[in-house]
Amino acid sequence: MSMARGITSRAHPLWLAYILHRISGLALALFLPLHFWVLALALTDPARLDGFLTLTDNGVVKLAEFGLVFLLAVHMFGGLRVMAMEWLPWSAPQKTLAAAAAALSFLIATLFFLQAI
Amino acid sequence: MGSLFTVTNTRFLEVTVERDEGKSQAFRVPAYENQTVLDVVSWIQQNADPTLSYRFACRVGMCGSCAMMVNGVPRWTCRTHISKVLEGEAVTIGPLLNLPVVKDLVVDMDPFFDKWVAAEGVHHGGLTRDDPIAAVDEESAARVEANAGIECINCSVCYAACDTVAGNPDYLGPAALQRAWTLLNDAKDEGRIAILDAVSGSGGCHNCHSMGSCTTYCPNELDPMSAIAGLKRETAKSFFRRGR
Ligand code: FES
Repeated sequence: MSMARGITSRAHPLWLAYILHRISGLALALFLPLHFWVLALALTDPARLDGFLTLTDNGVVKLAEFGLVFLLAVHMFGGLRVMAMEWLPWSAPQKTLAAAAAALSFLIATLFFLQAI
Repeated sequence: MGSLFTVTNTRFLEVTVERDEGKSQAFRVPAYENQTVLDVVSWIQQNADPTLSYRFACRVGMCGSCAMMVNGVPRWTCRTHISKVLEGEAVTIGPLLNLPVVKDLVVDMDPFFDKWVAAEGVHHGGLTRDDPIAAVDEESAARVEANAGIECINCSVCYAACDTVAGNPDYLGPAALQRAWTLLNDAKDEGRIAILDAVSGSGGCHNCHSMGSCTTYCPNELDPMSAIAGLKRETAKSFFRRGR
């Protein structure tokens, strides 16, 4: 009950953006040491690395990779959001417009990129 | 008794009041067409339990003394219609968060006001009564910023809503910092250095994580989060200018 109350009072967009940014940051911090350790296998134990890399054909691993890219994107845009919000003395509608323009450009650029490859 | 209310009540509200030391107490309160959360609390105190302590004064959203947690959300109870917060026929009312409870729904506001002063939320005058009255340009950008925050009624709703306050007892909090930002932009206030020093310390504006609960729940629709962002910019600028 009190837990549910704790959530309802915080379930507004700004707080959710804040917590998403925090959690994605923590998750990335946990992931990165593992990531570097696997990369280090290229030097210390290439055979083991190759064995590990075949795992990436697995659907579950693919899903996990999607999760990682998602975390990175969420964290990056969360950071840009905070910087824009705190450092640009613009009005709220100006910032919304700027964010919409950035998101749209990003979408178009990504589509273009997907076409190109 | 109660000849004013001879209407037979067909509806009752299930009201839970969070009293001392986390003890909750349930009350059945008759529902009326026009009823604020404060009316509900008053009905309990006047008809069910005269020992229930709570605080209010103006009943019109001016004095800022009636704030309570309503279903986990800080609200000014005198201007919150009960229909807005009912979950079914139930509502839970508790004392404001982040302040010491004196009794029942009454919290000790001292830490809140002490921080107001600690943030240099006091007038720093530079003129005397012999000087002519300085003209204020209502259109200037600084005045527009200052005006944005002057309707604060010190209700402490933002202070109760803020998780940063909950996590750091030294944090000055949204209301005090918004006041500092207002004075920083006030052409008649000469406390610029003192204000910037006060708000850049360990309990200052840089603690803020921009969660925005202050801005979301401010009953007067003020925007302390943006005011704090303004302080972050000004303190950073002055830090680099002073070359420290
Ligand atoms: S009683 Fe004064 S603001 Fe609610």
